[in-house]
Amino acid sequence: MGLFEFALLSGVMYGLFYAFVGIGLNLLFGVMRVVNLAHGDLIVFGGYLAYVVENDWHIGPLWAIPISIPMGLVFGYVLYYVTMPRLRRSADTETTSLILFFGISQVLQAIATIVFGANQVTLPSLGAPVRIFGQNYSLSAVVSAAISVPALLLLYAYLYRTRLGLETRAVMADQEEALASGVRVRRVAVTAFMIGVAFAAAAGSLAMFMLGGVNPVTGSQLTVTAFTVIIIGSLGNPLGTAVGGLLYGLTASLTQAYLTEWTGMVPYVLLLMVVLLRPSGLFGKRARIA
Amino acid sequence: MDSLGNGHGLPDLPPVSNGKLLTSPDPLIDAPEESSTAVAPGRLHRRVAAGSRQATGSPNWRSWTRRLIPVVVTLALFLVAPQLYDNLSFLTTMAIYAILAEGVNVIYGFTGYLPFGYVGLFGAGAYGAALAISYWHVSGMVALLFGAVVSALISLVLSPLLRLSGAYFALATLAASQTLYYIVANESWTFGESGMSLPQVLTVDQIYTIAVVIVTVSVAIVVYIRDSHFGLSLRAIQSDRVSAAMAGVNVVRTRTLAWLISATLAGLAGALWAVMTSAFYAESTFDLTVSIYAIVFALFGGVRSALGPVFGAVVLYSLYQYIGVSNPQQFQLVYGLLIVVLVLFLPGGLSSVVGYARRRFVSHPFGRLGGRGDREIDTPGNTETAVAEGVPQ
Repeated sequence: MGLFEFALLSGVMYGLFYAFVGIGLNLLFGVMRVVNLAHGDLIVFGGYLAYVVENDWHIGPLWAIPISIPMGLVFGYVLYYVTMPRLRRSADTETTSLILFFGISQVLQAIATIVFGANQVTLPSLGAPVRIFGQNYSLSAVVSAAISVPALLLLYAYLYRTRLGLETRAVMADQEEALASGVRVRRVAVTAFMIGVAFAAAAGSLAMFMLGGVNPVTGSQLTVTAFTVIIIGSLGNPLGTAVGGLLYGLTASLTQAYLTEWTGMVPYVLLLMVVLLRPSGLFGKRARIA
Repeated sequence: MDSLGNGHGLPDLPPVSNGKLLTSPDPLIDAPEESSTAVAPGRLHRRVAAGSRQATGSPNWRSWTRRLIPVVVTLALFLVAPQLYDNLSFLTTMAIYAILAEGVNVIYGFTGYLPFGYVGLFGAGAYGAALAISYWHVSGMVALLFGAVVSALISLVLSPLLRLSGAYFALATLAASQTLYYIVANESWTFGESGMSLPQVLTVDQIYTIAVVIVTVSVAIVVYIRDSHFGLSLRAIQSDRVSAAMAGVNVVRTRTLAWLISATLAGLAGALWAVMTSAFYAESTFDLTVSIYAIVFALFGGVRSALGPVFGAVVLYSLYQYIGVSNPQQFQLVYGLLIVVLVLFLPGGLSSVVGYARRRFVSHPFGRLGGRGDREIDTPGNTETAVAEGVPQ
């Protein structure tokens, strides 16, 4: 077992984690055409929550996940009613939302810096490394993959097995037609915001371990990575996001193994290649050419 | 001025129509400045009609003062500034941001393409100038031109990105700028590891003078775009690309030209910054905050107005100098909140307040515009807005 196999398997684990990171963003963008540039910062706040849970409450950092979900749901609800009613009146919702959520991202980063400081915040590792096929993988990577898979399946079940999920898919396909057919667009949108933010907050606790800690500017990098992942897959398709995450994880992991100094460039080059060569993503039906 | 001609023998098409000359009951036609970020198609057509109606009746000097005022005010502002605050490196940086904000104005204000990776073009200009000085020992002016040319060439390479819509364009330019950063930071011929170190090619006074000239020219360019047939084509593309193409606008050429103008301004700004700073790393050159400040300054002042972005840069960069240098995170909080408030409550920026005040108190002393025409009820999936966007996916 050599470097290649190690890179491959850890690429899969990282890929599942990045699919988890991207999935909430995908829902928000797919449903409301809202470009949530604060997505990464919401994840970072999830990470800070894990830090607080471990250091102040001493109950183990993974408890942050069940705690972060209701907090994310509430914050998503508030975020919807603060931003969307006015945002929808603008002529170009997509670009306007990009600027607006960029502002929110800056506010969150500033608050994070003021409260937690500019330095990296870290937690001790979860436990001893796990041995798979004769090689050591960090326990946190295995745990993250093990949590990400059911989370992705849960979202899949919501979209394809519930009535609101069906309506959500209708809104993703065509908002006006969905409205005309009696779909409860506002309810779908509020739910998408709540689930999207909750997923981001939950992913944050895992990010704490997968990224070796968080700092206030981790969020921007995570946002770009999340966008890469959901654009590689396709909008509104959780399966696409999973594949996008895996593809990204594998590429990043192999680059890390063989061309270390170029690792940071991977998400950007992938993003450019996908938008230029196959703008509708790997699983997309609709073109997004202007 | 209007070299492209407007094709129907009228003097020109000023986008502004004076409310007094019109009897139309539609308050939107009276609006001297745009208050929303885009023109609905029907509105644009009415404005074209209104513009030509007015052009026949209005004295020409009025439109010429409207064109000269922004240019003269900008020039005066930057000429007086050194007397008031004797810190040329601060003022030069302010001028550089004003150039960048006007560059964002050209591409975002008139076409709706948000260049999130604008710093890539700024960095291309900086490294173009710096490498020309290091390898060929060119003079300062030649280096500036070189920076502008490099930036323009890179924007041509990136022009296929203009096929992308909305957020995809914004994110793709961001990705392009970061790719450029990794190349510059990792290669040895760009002095990626050692950092750039330049000899003094221009004096501090010379750099400031050149910066002021470029700011003034950039304001003049925006005035030209605002009042010309070219600008009208750009806005037609923004509001409905298909209709614009059917009306005879060469969509690809027009938007590429706007992108090229914007990139050249960014390249000049970057080259000026490189010559001024003289020692820098790729990390500080391709810093995303450059893009962000340029966009926020332009939005704060108001895109599509000629003076707005300059005022945005002057006001906000002064604020940054005042609180941002010692407490960067507090400044970050302030401008983050500022963006949120601007987008939600004042999408037209400062200049829209000026425009609103003017039509409220000058054109309409009796406040006929008490109810604004653009107020809409918040229904889920506001179909009017969606229809106004118009472009089929």
